[in-house]
Amino acid sequence: MEPYARGRQLLNDQPGLAIVAVAALLLVGDLFAKLLGGGLTATRFGGFVWDGLVIGLLIGLAGIGLSLTYSILGFANFAHGDYISWGAFSGWAVAYLLAGIDRYAAGGLLLIGAGDGPAPGDVGVSITNTPLSIVAGLVVAVGFTIGVSLLIDRAVYRPIRDADGITLLIASIGVAFALRYLIVFFFYSGRQGVTDISRVPAYEIGGVVINAHELTIVVIALVLMIGVHLLLQRSKLGKAMRAMADNRDLAQVTGIPVEGVIRTTWILGGGLAGAAGYLVVLTQGTIAYDLGWLLLLLIFAAVIMGGIGSVYGAIVGGLVIGLASRLSLIWLTGDLSSFAEPVAFGLMIFVLLFRPEGIFGGVSTA
Amino acid sequence: MSTDWFQTSRLTQFRELLERSDVALVLTAMAAFYLLFLGIGAILNYDVAGLISILGQVTFFTAVYALIVLALNLHWGYAGLFNIGIAGFMAVGVYTMAMLTAPPTGSPPGLGLPVVVGVVGGMLAAALVGLVTALPALRLRADYLAIVTVAISEIIRLTYNSPAFSTFTLPGGIALGTGGASGIGTFPSNPIQAVYYVDPSSAASGATPIGAAIFGFFEAVFGVVRSAVIVDLTYGLVLAVVVFLVYTLLARVGNSPFGRVLKAIQEDEVVAKSLGKDTNRFKIKTFMLGCALMGLAGVLWQGFGTGAVYPQAFRPELTFYIFIAVIIGGAGSNTGSVLGGAVFANLLFLLPQYLPNIIEQTFSIQADPNNFIAAVGPIAAGEIAPLLGYILNQRLPALRFVFVGVLLIYLMQNRPEGLLGHRTETAAAVDLSEGHTPGGRTGSDLTAPDERGVDDE
Amino acid sequence: MSSEPAADGVGEEPAGDNAVGDTTETADEPPLRVENLRKEFGGITAVDGASFEVADESLTGLIGPNGAGKSTTFNCITGVQKPTDGAVYFNGTDIAGRAPNAIANRGLVRTFQIARELAEMTVLENLMLAPQRQQGEALYRSVLPPFRDGVVKEETRLREAVWESLEFFEIDHLAQERAGNLSGGQRKLLELARTLMTDPGMLLLDEPFAGVNPTLEAKLLDRINQLRAEEGLTFLLVEHDMDIIMEHCDPVIVMHQGQILAEGRPEEVRSNQRVVDAYFGEQQ
Repeated sequence: MEPYARGRQLLNDQPGLAIVAVAALLLVGDLFAKLLGGGLTATRFGGFVWDGLVIGLLIGLAGIGLSLTYSILGFANFAHGDYISWGAFSGWAVAYLLAGIDRYAAGGLLLIGAGDGPAPGDVGVSITNTPLSIVAGLVVAVGFTIGVSLLIDRAVYRPIRDADGITLLIASIGVAFALRYLIVFFFYSGRQGVTDISRVPAYEIGGVVINAHELTIVVIALVLMIGVHLLLQRSKLGKAMRAMADNRDLAQVTGIPVEGVIRTTWILGGGLAGAAGYLVVLTQGTIAYDLGWLLLLLIFAAVIMGGIGSVYGAIVGGLVIGLASRLSLIWLTGDLSSFAEPVAFGLMIFVLLFRPEGIFGGVSTA
Repeated sequence: MSTDWFQTSRLTQFRELLERSDVALVLTAMAAFYLLFLGIGAILNYDVAGLISILGQVTFFTAVYALIVLALNLHWGYAGLFNIGIAGFMAVGVYTMAMLTAPPTGSPPGLGLPVVVGVVGGMLAAALVGLVTALPALRLRADYLAIVTVAISEIIRLTYNSPAFSTFTLPGGIALGTGGASGIGTFPSNPIQAVYYVDPSSAASGATPIGAAIFGFFEAVFGVVRSAVIVDLTYGLVLAVVVFLVYTLLARVGNSPFGRVLKAIQEDEVVAKSLGKDTNRFKIKTFMLGCALMGLAGVLWQGFGTGAVYPQAFRPELTFYIFIAVIIGGAGSNTGSVLGGAVFANLLFLLPQYLPNIIEQTFSIQADPNNFIAAVGPIAAGEIAPLLGYILNQRLPALRFVFVGVLLIYLMQNRPEGLLGHRTETAAAVDLSEGHTPGGRTGSDLTAPDERGVDDE
Repeated sequence: MSSEPAADGVGEEPAGDNAVGDTTETADEPPLRVENLRKEFGGITAVDGASFEVADESLTGLIGPNGAGKSTTFNCITGVQKPTDGAVYFNGTDIAGRAPNAIANRGLVRTFQIARELAEMTVLENLMLAPQRQQGEALYRSVLPPFRDGVVKEETRLREAVWESLEFFEIDHLAQERAGNLSGGQRKLLELARTLMTDPGMLLLDEPFAGVNPTLEAKLLDRINQLRAEEGLTFLLVEHDMDIIMEHCDPVIVMHQGQILAEGRPEEVRSNQRVVDAYFGEQQ
């Protein structure tokens, strides 16, 4: 009788876990049924997994920064999406410039085709065609966003460093508005094509089509994540950040340079956000002023699921959200496909209800 | 000498009146805004009909923003619930109304019920969605609640936007539809039209006796032949009355035992519970009431005001505008909500729409470059006209948002309590200062002169 | 460290009038009976298997050195915290783990060690809040015209009762003051007044007299005894002031390191060697 009693207590104490377990079993079961029965080809499944992986890594990359600022600075940064957008625009302006400078005027290139600028097909930016411009763009994206983050921290958040989370959150909404519409001011408000799809080589692995840009993204994202991991694990910085996330006043008293750690948080967070924004455009092929904002809710979902303050949590959360939004298409066919995003949001709400501290919450990770 | 003193005293008297009386404050603000826009209309050489149209716009937008800000204030100022999913609840209100009242033969089809049923149904639906949201979400801390409400707002919008529900059939053969991305184009006509026109849905059907009288008056006295502006202005004034009613309702909610418990919950929920108050129920009821009002606002604004319903109108940006209005006015104060709504509607929403025309008319700017580089390039040669033209013609809406963002930051840094801040309105249904004459104690002998600090446990 | 049986209440009257929520059980069921109460926080055990009873209409003292677990016990009893284990019987019903408002509805209320006055509200509002099951707490009654009149009437009656209370506690001159502006002692008085306005059956008082001058303190203790005799209220009092304990409380329960160390009449407890050791440090 004992296992029954224990099982029933588990159901009582952790209903969320029980629901997740049951749902997971059902879905996996149905998945196999579809794969074996022919409702779903392995190729299509592989395609979903790959798509989910790519977008998941990007969400995770962006989420690391959001998670760190949330735990160390103590507020939900609603402007994070717009750091991402600025990363995209600043990086791609330079990538465009370098790719097309030999043929087109600098102005039209820098504005990424605004007004009467050249079309993406003519500029021909792609990883195989203009590899250096892509790399340069990434570097600029990271650097520019770091600059913007530090500037904003100095001007907006430092004067109200000790304010409560809600005040800072509202201030961040102000920052979000300002940053987002400055993009519109300098560039444009529509959606613009950026890369030349026809020039992007694609490969077939096990029937699944993978293009070079996606491959690039996965590689770069993994490299960055490993870099962050090493940085936080091997250095005193990681310890300092953990201390500050725990109790800022105590950390200050024990001699941890609070402002220095905060600065580093913004550098890390801003840099990764910039990279994520730049790479999102690389995979999507288009750029728009609200691309970051549209992702923000998904990034919040990932961070909350993974546990605020946890770098691994952000990565795992990102992968979960990315995969969920793509794999759900297996079941949400036809018109229902428009519910892929709501599914991801629903997941987040579910996690918040049953395990607000997230998957890795409460576990001390960098 | 004596006239100066007299004038100063009048000014002081006026200022004291403003501090004392909320009604005076609001009326003064509105008078100022009316004058401002009449002035704008004059600069732009509007005819009388045009001026009436502008006044109608001022009234309409002030009223709808005031209404929705009052609803948000109920959530945030009274119950301390950080709800930034307002757009979603507005959408539920107006979409439900549309689906209830659309004719069964319409595209998309509806239930063809009367307008009143539609309005009530919309409010009920919004309240129900509020209940579903509140039940699990109210125990979340403020910033999580904020994120969840935004997520729910987006889920709502995406559901209405989805082709899956563009048209669907309920069990029993009843056909309904959200219209998907195109929305619902056939919204019932504004009930005000029924006062003026024989057939409310068509102005060409001829005026009712009242309508004829009023139109006649305006034509004779002001030379106004465009009857539509008069109808719009009337609607605006009706909305103003609605705002007043809602204001009174919320004042009652606040000045009552119910409101008292809400205040206590915001202050210290554990104490409220320890005194036997079921705090969750209070929060849920307040949340539902607020959502119902948001649904009503959606009906009155996007429904009757705009005349069509579509998903793009309910993006989170809408929530943030209202949010900003609440912050400007100050959360916790009903009058602050109305003022915040008025300030936002007039200065941050309407005014920027007229600004380009005014500036271009005054300074006759012709240049209209379509990108930033072309706008700033000529500065090297000493020409700033292209930049001004770029700003005014292309980018003023964007700059407005930049300004709003900076304003938010400024407010959070310097005046987080907004214009009117946290008003201390006593939460009781009777005047608490009555019913007692103090026994003349001075209090000096009442507590131990050497107060022991409370020992730590 | 098992508890000794509660001493027979000397000079107490048999179970009298019932207050709010008091369900009449068998005559010898005490209003409060705590059984093996346990509360752990992570690695710390704040309450470690405490068992005790509070006799009907008594003024029972609860003493113990700092960190003994008294406030945590209060929290577990009143639902502010959920016990890890154990049972709390109030009038015969196990209320362990229930919501604080459900417990308060049954007539069990408490004050806080550090006064939790509702700082932004006035003293009057604080007290007007306290009475339970007010008509106006139903939203429709407060808002809709036909019902609002009834609410106004009740509010007027409440206001009278509140003024009486304020006068008794001698803080009526502070009625319109923002509660956060009060001194420490005044806030304690406010809490006590507020708690009494809930029409309780039993009160847990956590150092209610801190910062209160001796004359008023005596007056309050008189009132407490009057309430016990006339209304049948029961009091459990945490105090550090031994004079009050010795003079007014019977029985006295001693807690130490989360457990009940001793229980009995004040004199017995005072001369209990284990109690003395606990207060003056371990002799290991």
